[in-house]
Amino acid sequence: MSFLNDEVKGQLKGIFEKMNNEVTLALFTKEGPCETCPETQSYLEEVVSTTDKLSLKLYDLNTDKELAEKYEVSHVPSIVVLDKDKEYRGIKFVGIPAGHEINSLVNTLLSVSGSGSPLSKELEERVAKVDKPVNIKVFVTLSCPHCPGAVEKAHLLALENPNISAEMVEAQTFAALSDQFNVSSVPKIVINDEFEFVGNQPLEVFMDTIEKA
Amino acid sequence: MSLDFSINFAGKEKNKLDSNTLYDILIIGGGPAGLNAALYSKRKGHNIGIITKNVGGQVIDTSVVENYLGYSSISGENLMKQFESHVKELDLPILEGPSVKRLRLADDSQTKEIVLDDDSVYKAKSVIIATGSKPKKLGVPGEDQFAGNGVAYCAICDGPLFTGLDVVVAGGGNSAIEAAIDLAKIANTVTVVHRSQLRADKILVDRINQLDNVEIKLNTQILKVLGDKSVNSINVLDKSTNEEYTIETRGVFVEIGYLPTNEPFKNTVKLNDKEEIIVDKYGETNVKGIFAAGDTTDTPYKQIIISAADGAKCALSANEYLNIL
Ligand SMILES: Cc1cc2nc3c(=O)[nH]c(=O)nc-3n(C[C@H](O)[C@H](O)[C@H](O)COP(=O)(O)OP(=O)(O)OC[C@H]3O[C@@H](n4cnc5c(N)ncnc54)[C@H](O)[C@@H]3O)c2cc1C
Repeated sequence: MSFLNDEVKGQLKGIFEKMNNEVTLALFTKEGPCETCPETQSYLEEVVSTTDKLSLKLYDLNTDKELAEKYEVSHVPSIVVLDKDKEYRGIKFVGIPAGHEINSLVNTLLSVSGSGSPLSKELEERVAKVDKPVNIKVFVTLSCPHCPGAVEKAHLLALENPNISAEMVEAQTFAALSDQFNVSSVPKIVINDEFEFVGNQPLEVFMDTIEKA
Repeated sequence: MSLDFSINFAGKEKNKLDSNTLYDILIIGGGPAGLNAALYSKRKGHNIGIITKNVGGQVIDTSVVENYLGYSSISGENLMKQFESHVKELDLPILEGPSVKRLRLADDSQTKEIVLDDDSVYKAKSVIIATGSKPKKLGVPGEDQFAGNGVAYCAICDGPLFTGLDVVVAGGGNSAIEAAIDLAKIANTVTVVHRSQLRADKILVDRINQLDNVEIKLNTQILKVLGDKSVNSINVLDKSTNEEYTIETRGVFVEIGYLPTNEPFKNTVKLNDKEEIIVDKYGETNVKGIFAAGDTTDTPYKQIIISAADGAKCALSANEYLNIL
């Protein structure tokens, strides 16, 4: 099955021309049952085929254990976004970023390639002050128009400060995780597995919650 | 579920709004009303811009639109893409993302100043307010407590989280019945609870009546939302028998209509008792040079085509206003 029609592929081609640097997608799957692993792989192959600035690396959660630990991967499929130096910047997609999430995938790739728009001075200073580990989970559904905005913001914060990591979590595939965090409206943002809010809120709200955590 | 892969890529290099320029017309809001106002004002040759939290407005939360002339069936999102690309052909600055906090008159009492969340200010000779509306709440105990934990306001966003579960839709208008039809595809059962008779278009009512996992309870009022960590039931009152009973449910989708979003303007222009901006037949508010269009006004019907038409009317009125200024 093909995910992207020619029109969308054409759009992607145009957008990826704006990427300043190369970006690598490290996809973790595993042997054995993983219903959405094959489709995530084919989807990413289609995305990557639209530009030579993107490359896809395939890993297995069990056999590439060390790498999985380094990138803090515990679910499959997970996509780790690596910058031009193949460095992990705390940015992940847990589950397939398809449907509406193609928007967060595209914008995150642009940001990691260095072609995002900068934060305001004020926010930049606030983000720089975060000096303890912060993890942001953004639960989404693939039919949610507001979700990509929240994912992009979380990823932007991770990019700004190495103490922050941020992941999109596709709520339907990871139902157990969603249940654990009582997700029934999206986007739902959970910080350090404890502090939460719902909705694509301004970056200031992300920061307020992070500072509380 | 069919996935929509439409890309909303705004690009970063677009025409920027400038805080030192005195614009002829600034439009607040990027839904059907705001976009059509922009189309008409720009074509008149005015120096204009749009300030909006998002381009597309409420329509992007709509799964399908079947009553916009020229499209027998189109997803809300694709319809807005058509609007957006039409407007963007005209190359005008769109400031997307920030929220307008206030609208005030400058000391000359003619220049209008739009203050954003971050306190930046943009100036215009005339302003068109097109800030639309937001979902109305039930206003019953438990609603706020369980908002985001079973109480939901966006069926297409949150529907997938209720796959195989029993859900309730509150409301009896078009958006309620549309939501129920969508949810019936993924939920185990859908119960529509409405306090009076259905107001939805007959074509939608016929469609829902054919679904065998949907039950409709009319003349029934929701009294309370109950649960522990998340929703597990609602208490309702059957108004024809005056009997109270409980419906077990994991989700309550609230689709009971919309409230105008015009908080930032309420000290500048006159509102009616429904908090809608009062406009005359030219779309002008009680303040000269400030116009309002679409769902945020006292226009009796809130529809895409009506909002879009309102936007056009305001643009033409603003043009007249600027000509005699
Ligand atoms: C689920 C659903 C289904 C619907 N189905 C249909 C249908 O099938 N057919 C139909 O005709 N109509 C339908 N409607 C109604 C229709 O969507 C509205 O009538 C129409 O969108 C109103 O347009 P508008 O431009 O006035 O406002 P909106 O679409 O609400 O747009 C308002 C804009 O203003 C922006 N804004 C708000 N406040 C601020 C602020 N302070 N600062 C900056 N920007 C701000 C918002 O971000 C948004 O872009 C439906 C609505 C919903 C929610």
